[in-house]
Amino acid sequence: MSGNSVDQAFVSLKHWILSLGFISSAPDWVQMIASSLLNISAVLGVFMGLFALISVLERKILGRIQNRYGPNRVGPFGLFQPIADGIKLLIKEDIVPARADKVVHFLAPILMAAPAILALGVIPYGRNMTAISIDGGILFFFAVGSATELAVFMAGWGSNNKFSMLGAMRAIAQMVSYELPLIITVLPVVMIVGSLSADGIVEAQAGYSHGFIPRWFVCTPWGAAAFLLFFVSGLVESNRTPFDMPEGESEIVAGHMTEYSGFKYAIFFLAEYFGMFAVSGLAVTLFLGGWHAPLPFLEFVPSYVWFFAKLSVLLFVFIWIRGTLPRMRVDHVMNFAWKFMMPMAFTCILAAAVWHYQAHGWAGWLWSLAIVIAVYLVLSRFLQTGKNLSTRTYRFAE
Amino acid sequence: MSTIAFIVIAIFTLAGALAAACLRKLIHAALCLVVAFLGLAAFYFLLGAEFVGLVQVFVYVGAVAVLIVFTILLTRRVDEDTGGINWAGAAVAAIVFGGLAWAIYRTPSLAISSSPIEALTVKQIGETLMTSYVWPLQCVGVLLTAALIGALVLVMEERR
Repeated sequence: MSGNSVDQAFVSLKHWILSLGFISSAPDWVQMIASSLLNISAVLGVFMGLFALISVLERKILGRIQNRYGPNRVGPFGLFQPIADGIKLLIKEDIVPARADKVVHFLAPILMAAPAILALGVIPYGRNMTAISIDGGILFFFAVGSATELAVFMAGWGSNNKFSMLGAMRAIAQMVSYELPLIITVLPVVMIVGSLSADGIVEAQAGYSHGFIPRWFVCTPWGAAAFLLFFVSGLVESNRTPFDMPEGESEIVAGHMTEYSGFKYAIFFLAEYFGMFAVSGLAVTLFLGGWHAPLPFLEFVPSYVWFFAKLSVLLFVFIWIRGTLPRMRVDHVMNFAWKFMMPMAFTCILAAAVWHYQAHGWAGWLWSLAIVIAVYLVLSRFLQTGKNLSTRTYRFAE
Repeated sequence: MSTIAFIVIAIFTLAGALAAACLRKLIHAALCLVVAFLGLAAFYFLLGAEFVGLVQVFVYVGAVAVLIVFTILLTRRVDEDTGGINWAGAAVAAIVFGGLAWAIYRTPSLAISSSPIEALTVKQIGETLMTSYVWPLQCVGVLLTAALIGALVLVMEERR
C-alpha cells in the first residue's frame, strides 16, 4: 500500500538511521540516546520552523484584519522576515538591571521555554509518531506545564521592578485560576477513554458513526462544550489576547518581561508560541481526533498532514481572536474563571457520564446536550444580575 | 547505568536541599527547594513509579513551590535572613535524620534483593483508588474543599 509507506515515511526514516552500522553495533544505551536525540531534534526542528512561519503569518493576518499589508519587504511575500528578526534580536544589547537578581533573572527565560518544549513531546503527531510515549502522557503535559508559573514568578521577582512584579502576580493569578478548568475539561475525555495516554485517547477516536460522522469527542455535546472551555483556558494559559493582561502594555509596560531585552526577550516570545502550539496540539489530540482523517475517503492522506492541518486551523483561530477582541479587565477574567468556567467544566463531566451510561447512543447524546444547555442557561441568567457588569469601584485611585 | 543516574540525581537533590537550608535569601532558598523536589520526582521515575513522579512534579513544583514563594513574598518585610545558625532547627533536623536513619537501618527487607515488581499502570492505580481506597480519597477531598472554603472566608472577612 503506497499510502501507508508515505504515512510511515518519517518513522521508517528514523528506523533506517538507527539501523546504520555505527549505531546498531553500539551498546544499548547509545542506541537509546540516539533514538531520543532523533525524536528531540525532530520535534524541535519542526516547531522552530513553525514558530518562524507563524510569527510572520500572524503579522500578515493581523495586517489583513486591520486593512494593511503586514510585513512584505524581506524575501518573497515577506517570508524571510523571521530571519531578519532573529538576526536583529541576536545582535541587540542584552541589558541586565544593576539591582536585578542576576541568576534568577538569567534562569527565568530558560525555565519558561523548557516546559513548553517538553509538553510538545507527549503529543501524537501521526500514526506511531509520539516522541515520548508514556502511560501518563496527559498528566506529564500538565505536570511540566505547571512549572511555567514558577518561571513567570522568577522573571518578575528577579527583575527587581514593580511593573515586572505586578505583571508576574497577574500572570500567576490567572494561570492558577484557569489551570483548574483546563484540567477539569480534560477529565471527561480521560473518563470515557479510561486512559491517560495520548495515544490511547487518539485511538479511541478512530472510526466513523453512520459511515461518515467521525467519532471525535468534539462531535458529542459534552465534548463540544469541553473543547470550547479548554480552548478559552488555553488562551489564558498562553497569555494571549483577550487575556494578555500580564503583559498589558498600556498598563504595566510589558509585565514580567519589562526588564528583558535582546535574545532573552525572544526566548519569552518563543515560550509563548510553543505554549500555544502545545495547548492547540493537546486540544487536537483530546477533542479533534488527533491525526485521524475527518471523512473515510480522505484516509489516504498521511496522518501527520491531518494533525498539522487541524493545528493550523486552531492557530489561525488564536490569531483571529487576537485581531478581533480587545483586552479584558483583570477582575472580569477572574470572575469568569471561577463563576462560569468552573461550573461549566464540572457540567461537562456530568454530561459525559450520562452519555457514557446511555451506551454512547442518541438518547445519551440528547440528554447530555440538555444538561449542558440547562446549566449554561441557568449560569448565564444567574450571573447576569447586572452587579458584575457595574463600573469598577477604585479603592486606591480617584 | 541506573547506578550512575542514581548518583547524579542524588547529588542534585542533596545540593538543592542543602542550598535551601543554607542560603540567606529566602526566595533563593525556596527556588533551591524546587530542585530538591524535582530530584525526588526523578527518583520516582528511576524506580518505575511514573505516576507518583508526575504527581510529585505537578503538586510540589506547580502548587507547593508557588505557594511557598507567595507566602514569603506576602508575609515578610525583609526577605533576607541575617542571623547566625538556627540551633533549634539544626537540632530538629539532626533528630529527624537520626530517627530516619535508625528506621532504615532496622528495616530487614532492605537486605533481600526483591524480584523486580511489575510497574503499575495509571489505570490500576485509579481503579484501586476508586474501589478499595474510595473512603480515604473522599475524606481527603472533603478536607481540601473545607480548606479552600476556609481560605476564602478568611479573605472575605478582611474585605468587609
